[in-house]
Amino acid sequence: MSHASNESVVRDPLILGNKTYHQMTEEICRPIEGKANKYWWASFIVAFTAMIWGIICLSYTVGNGIGSWGANKTVGWAWDITNFVWWIGIGHAGTLISAVLLLFRQRWRMSINRSAEAMTIFAVVCAGLFPLFHTGRPWLDYWMLPLPNQFGSLWVNFNSPLLWDVFAISTYFSVSLVFWYLGLLPDLATVRDRCVNPTKRFIYGALSFGWKGTARDWHRFEEVSLVLAGLSTPLVLSVHTIVSFDFATSIVPGWHTTIFPPYFVAGAIFSGFAMVLTLLIIARKVLSLEQYITMQHIELMNKIIILTGSIVGVAYITEFFIAWYSGVEYESYAFMNRAFGPYWWAYWSMMTCNVISPQLFWFKKIRTSITATFLLSIVVNIGMWFERFVIIVTSLHRDFLPSSWTMYSPTYIEVGIFVGTIGLFFTLFLIFSRVFPVIALAELKTILKKTGNQYKKKSVL
Amino acid sequence: MMDQKFELNQNNKVLPLVMIAVGVAAVAIGFMSDPTRTWASLLINNFYFNAIALAGTFFVAVQLIAQSGWSVAVIRVPEAMGAFMKYGMLGMILIFVFGHHDLYHWTHPELYDKASPEYDAILAGKSGFLNIPFFMVRIIAYALIWVGFTFMIRKRSLEEDQLGGVDSYRRKVTLGAVFIVLFAVTSSTSAWDFLMSIDAHWFSTLFGWYTFAGLFVSGMAMMALLVLYLKSRGYMDHVNESHLHDVGKFMFAFSIFWTYLWFSQFMLIWYANLPEEVVYYQIRWIYFKKLWVANLLINFIAPFLVLMTRDAKRKTQVLWVAGFIIIGGHWLDVYLMVTPGTVGAHWHIGFVEIGTFIGYLGLFLFSTFRELSKAAIVPKNHPMLPESLEHHI
Repeated sequence: MSHASNESVVRDPLILGNKTYHQMTEEICRPIEGKANKYWWASFIVAFTAMIWGIICLSYTVGNGIGSWGANKTVGWAWDITNFVWWIGIGHAGTLISAVLLLFRQRWRMSINRSAEAMTIFAVVCAGLFPLFHTGRPWLDYWMLPLPNQFGSLWVNFNSPLLWDVFAISTYFSVSLVFWYLGLLPDLATVRDRCVNPTKRFIYGALSFGWKGTARDWHRFEEVSLVLAGLSTPLVLSVHTIVSFDFATSIVPGWHTTIFPPYFVAGAIFSGFAMVLTLLIIARKVLSLEQYITMQHIELMNKIIILTGSIVGVAYITEFFIAWYSGVEYESYAFMNRAFGPYWWAYWSMMTCNVISPQLFWFKKIRTSITATFLLSIVVNIGMWFERFVIIVTSLHRDFLPSSWTMYSPTYIEVGIFVGTIGLFFTLFLIFSRVFPVIALAELKTILKKTGNQYKKKSVL
Repeated sequence: MMDQKFELNQNNKVLPLVMIAVGVAAVAIGFMSDPTRTWASLLINNFYFNAIALAGTFFVAVQLIAQSGWSVAVIRVPEAMGAFMKYGMLGMILIFVFGHHDLYHWTHPELYDKASPEYDAILAGKSGFLNIPFFMVRIIAYALIWVGFTFMIRKRSLEEDQLGGVDSYRRKVTLGAVFIVLFAVTSSTSAWDFLMSIDAHWFSTLFGWYTFAGLFVSGMAMMALLVLYLKSRGYMDHVNESHLHDVGKFMFAFSIFWTYLWFSQFMLIWYANLPEEVVYYQIRWIYFKKLWVANLLINFIAPFLVLMTRDAKRKTQVLWVAGFIIIGGHWLDVYLMVTPGTVGAHWHIGFVEIGTFIGYLGLFLFSTFRELSKAAIVPKNHPMLPESLEHHI
């Protein structure tokens, strides 16, 4: 008799292809054990080149100062902080999948959480570069820490949301890293046990911290996972909340609005899922994991895209409405200027990409089409980049003092750094896909007999 | 067990009627002494219980579109809670029609007359939205959407008991998805209408979501209390500790979520210190300090500490206590949203407010019990029911 005869008939299987445990191990470890194929090398070369270009542009910035960027006296935050917020946001899907979906007992998260968590870490690395280099003197960045005065810095200002950001993001990075690595332990041990090459065996042995798979190992593993999930859940909310405080605590029209904290969080999850889709649609093909990351997974992620995209849409409309309703002329002007001022194209790109196009996922045909999902996931990423650009640049470029009104355009150096972070992100992800199992193997095995297609068939009959 | 129905006993029939009588008496006494205060009390309680009922329907819809399995064992309770909205929305309409001058400053025509000394340029600027006909249109739209979808989802759920199969379930999922979309808009706009427009000059973009968080957590607390009551009467033996644990998690998590939004709204306004925004908190701080502090203690600290551990969420006694705390605490939250802009500095919580609360609770229980008694206590043909009955965490 099947173990999971009570899973509802309306649920679709999450593992296809009549898998056995051994097959799962073989197929998920294959990318690590075999040689990389030509698609992998082609992507790696492109990503690596982009990263090198980014390093060149960053070095130029460090050598010549922030003057090599297009930011000016009026628009002091521009392309760099846009990228910072964009990358931080992208990281959020990983934490949501690993923590919130764990608390909600969503089994489908098990095929995607590993790569989404890896993505979180790489995205935070990319994000962190921007504020670190925007200081202009990155060798003094340790001044951001609350160090005693004899280090040469001055004691930090605890009233500043920028400092809260330092804490929020470093906490986020460390907890995400620990959570991700912890989940890897049993799988690294599996890889270790399968290694024929003694050097590799030694390395994976060290990385797996001597995991034996005993009852005690598993017990501790599960305890710590739950604690970390509990810690990560408020983190999902707090990180982007604090990023939003960077703007909302000010009195700049278009920045100072109370909806920012939850709206930033929703937007972050929205962009994060879009990036997870972009990556996994490629990865499942290149690594032949279509039977683990199934259409069902893609469809569920698309539903989250509709949900979060619509939440963001409601927030846009709320902001616009309240700007009028408030009767504050600066606020109303800021929003009219967004939609109909010189940066109207950025605003309407944002609206189209974030609010209108995701609504196409209401059609089952579209949300179960790989091509449509892939294209729309990129559209969402573009839209969410524009959202941050709109918030930052259009609010700043025409502030309270009309004599200082100006325009902003990026230099090729800034664009180069952004391209470089995309290169860095994909380089890291590609390396990750060759050295660590991209699917949480041990965890996924626990649901095979509940959601494997051959077991589902039995339960339907 | 499958076909068991909730049967009204003598207490279920009489007690709500007695409570309604207390409410009527409180309102009558209130109108004789202080009509504004009584209108405010009616608005607070009507809004609050309507919000709890709305949270019931919202919960049902979310369970459907999220393919949730565990909640099927208790789903008839939030389904029945939604039935109150037909009274609740009628109440909102009547309160607005007869009480608008006492409750909503912006309804006074002289504010819009340029010749009048009372002319208010800011409110005149809002009159495209805040005007009586458009307001009426909106309330009626909310009533039709909320009551309509509650009715339609419930109808499919009862139909499923008779027909079996998964067709009714799939139809419910579609209804749930459409409802959520409409709810996303109406939950915010209705909060602006019913509550934010009381302080007509003031504005906050987060207000709609803040109100939603309070509504949802109160709904969860009411659901928990009703489940516990039914369990104590022997109707919910299939509800085990794991189900209670999940309900407890919702109460715990959304108490924190409410606090998160409370803090976001307050902190940003406090930090920026713009006069047109900060006045909202200033009035509350000066005239309502104790209640304002109590609001945060009762709605955050208390549920946070009481429901923190796993064991607490699984014990009926603890959930009873937490449920009462949350129901009382969020009543206070609504009180603090309504009273400063209506009654003002000379507020008082006495028989009028408490009696009206008892009256509305009576009406809510009357409608919920009746609705519960109309169908089996579990939806026996729900495709997720076997999962839910086996729920073990």
